[in-house]
Amino acid sequence: MRGLRLLPGDINLSFIPRRKIFFVISILLMVSSISLYMKNGLNYGIDFKGGILIEIKTIDGPANVKTMRSNLSGLGIGEIGLQEFGAPNEILIRIQSQEGGEKAQQLAIGQVKKALGNGIEYRRTEFVGPKISDELFWNGIYAVSAAIVAILIYVWFRFEWQFGIGAVLALVHDVISTIGMFALLGLEFNLSTVAAILTIAGYSINDTVVVFDRVRENLRRYKTLPFSELLNKSVNETLSRTVITSVTTLLALTALFVLGGEVISDFSFAMIWGVLIGTYSSICLAVPVLLYMKIERRSSSGNNEGEEAVAE
Amino acid sequence: MMILGVCALGVLFVAPNFLSIKQAESLPSWLPHKQLSLGLDLQGGSHLLLEVKVDSVLKESLEALIDTMRTTLRKARIRYSNLGIDGLAANVTIKDIADEEQALQLLKSLDSSLSVDFLGSGNIRLEMTEKTIRDRRTAAIEQSIEIVRRRIDETGVREPTIQRQGQVRILVQLPGIDDPERVKRLLGKTAKLSFHLVDERQEPSVAGRVPPGSILLPSNDEVGSDGRPRMYMLKKRVMISGDTLADSQATFQDNQPVVSFRFDTIGGKRFGKATTENVGKLFAIVLDNKVISAPVIREPILGGSGVISGRFSVQAAQDLSLLLRAGALPAPLTILEERSVGPGLGADSIAAGKTASMVGMAMVIAFMIVTYGRFGLMADVALIANIILIGAALSLLQATLTLPGIAGIVLTIGMAVDANVLVFERIREEMRAGRTPISSIDAGYSRAITTIIDANVTTLIAAVLLYQFGSGPVRGFAVTLAIGIVTSLFTAIMLTRLMVATWLKKTRPDSLPI
Repeated sequence: MRGLRLLPGDINLSFIPRRKIFFVISILLMVSSISLYMKNGLNYGIDFKGGILIEIKTIDGPANVKTMRSNLSGLGIGEIGLQEFGAPNEILIRIQSQEGGEKAQQLAIGQVKKALGNGIEYRRTEFVGPKISDELFWNGIYAVSAAIVAILIYVWFRFEWQFGIGAVLALVHDVISTIGMFALLGLEFNLSTVAAILTIAGYSINDTVVVFDRVRENLRRYKTLPFSELLNKSVNETLSRTVITSVTTLLALTALFVLGGEVISDFSFAMIWGVLIGTYSSICLAVPVLLYMKIERRSSSGNNEGEEAVAE
Repeated sequence: MMILGVCALGVLFVAPNFLSIKQAESLPSWLPHKQLSLGLDLQGGSHLLLEVKVDSVLKESLEALIDTMRTTLRKARIRYSNLGIDGLAANVTIKDIADEEQALQLLKSLDSSLSVDFLGSGNIRLEMTEKTIRDRRTAAIEQSIEIVRRRIDETGVREPTIQRQGQVRILVQLPGIDDPERVKRLLGKTAKLSFHLVDERQEPSVAGRVPPGSILLPSNDEVGSDGRPRMYMLKKRVMISGDTLADSQATFQDNQPVVSFRFDTIGGKRFGKATTENVGKLFAIVLDNKVISAPVIREPILGGSGVISGRFSVQAAQDLSLLLRAGALPAPLTILEERSVGPGLGADSIAAGKTASMVGMAMVIAFMIVTYGRFGLMADVALIANIILIGAALSLLQATLTLPGIAGIVLTIGMAVDANVLVFERIREEMRAGRTPISSIDAGYSRAITTIIDANVTTLIAAVLLYQFGSGPVRGFAVTLAIGIVTSLFTAIMLTRLMVATWLKKTRPDSLPI
């Protein structure tokens, strides 16, 4: 049995010649992401904002959100958000961080539970104090920055510094556009989002490195091929792998998004977006950027790797 | 051989997870019996992050220091002014220059852990040294952890985790507790108990006039005519303190819930002496600066035990006796973070995670077979082996599996085949370049391997940082992701290569079905 070819083996699409189109798309994406972030801000979850989150399930029948809202708004504990969460009898309650220190938060949780009365299953109660939310926020920033720096160093170490720049550019592109996506859709931005962003960074760089690897190999193989053609060839040669791996990853993530439950659906969504954008940025951003950097090509006399001078 | 051995070990280590806890425990000891430990978000439970207000310990000891300084100077008939606390130091000004030297000597002999400085013109400063501050803080945290542990143990929570986190924090994890109200209530009290004589010379309602040596404290539950808590004027001197208690129980007296207590030998003697000397007077039982009750001493209490009655509910009496048994916290605790998950949500998350992994895996398996035929099938075997190895590694390391951790496994399912995809694509290329099957396969594996390693190291970097900076469930994600990368390298490269080589030997094909 011979396997199905998703893409023909001798595929040859023009990526590098169309690079300007991709650059324009990416710049537009960046600009709109940043302005969306400026305009809408992010819908921070309690991890970063502090506050209280309670998930409940009403035991008999669907929840009466209206009654709940009026019961809770009478408590005078500030803005309260109620949202159906996956099923009509499951409600997510968000309460803003209370004035008056940690004790006041505990008091508010007690008040809410009292106001909701009986017949309710408490599925989740989370409270994050201002001290912790601050720390979590900064830890998230550190983690993402440290990841970018560490990956830059690794790629620099394994390839040349120009490759490192290309990889990190693609990475920053992915991170910013993911943040833009969250700002656009108003999805909750919390700790798992940061985890998703870091994983997206890992995935995107993974894709980039595979193409870079081929570029490096081809640089040794084809000493005279024009650089832009060499880049285009490298992308096409690895395109089948790029697509297939993206498909398997997307298959798994889609299963997680659809079946994995409400708690991690935002996380899975972020990851799906990240795989798409990561694949795009590796091919259409990280590689063409190399064209604008002076990558030293060894003269045809030196064949330092020794394993293969000319194939074909 | 080794490759198959590792896989067999993987099966062995993952196997206990399919048994019930009882069955796993009854396995012979030479067999692995460790099961996956589920995070609180999956098994249900409560996570509390507490902060010890250590500075209150320092403040208290400074206040005590001021008291000692006052009595010392008075005894030596040294006139002084401006006695007070300034940050982590105590200041005093000696009025008469002639007394300076003597005062300095006296204050120096007070406490060796203080640095005493003469600042000129009568000013003396007693400062806590860095080391003292550090030691006091450490002692306060360690004692707090001990008391927290005792209080939680008394509530009967199974297998709680109580550990120090950072400088002044305590992490408490309570599996199976989805409503930690009682624990929070118990941890919210320092439970400092003391017995004072009531200062009966003066009517406490005269506000603002507290004679030296006395303190004004509110009642715990009695309300005065103005609707505010009734105030008591007490002698400041502690007649006897709660740290000499040996036991305490909630019981009933005249059908009212009360709390009985018993002093240790020393405390009992002191209590006996104090009650003998003060028959007919009122004494107050004070808990966390609130007067619980102030009965009359009718007769000397010599047995070293007594009863506190204070209009308690049954629950309140039980809580109080528990707090007295476990001892007082050296400093108040605040709850910085709470995350509680009910058993319902946990079970739902496990079920959803299982379905998602199964479906995700089925889709990836099918896709690989469609794309690579027989080779895809081999990659699928490797994928299944990979999942088994992840489970085995998690059980063996006793790493905690969380909901994001399950997400990490599902993601690994999707990404694990990448190494095989890289190899197979390379083989296809080599075939197109006109190589023989065997040489194509050799070249495919040897050329793809550097790419595979480079690509995976970068993901590993992301996972390590995630573990470093993440907390709780997110760490679980980092763990499964990292384990998944390592095991997938093993299964996708070594295991499939073994399968491919075996198949080659058997069939010696002219062309590859890839």
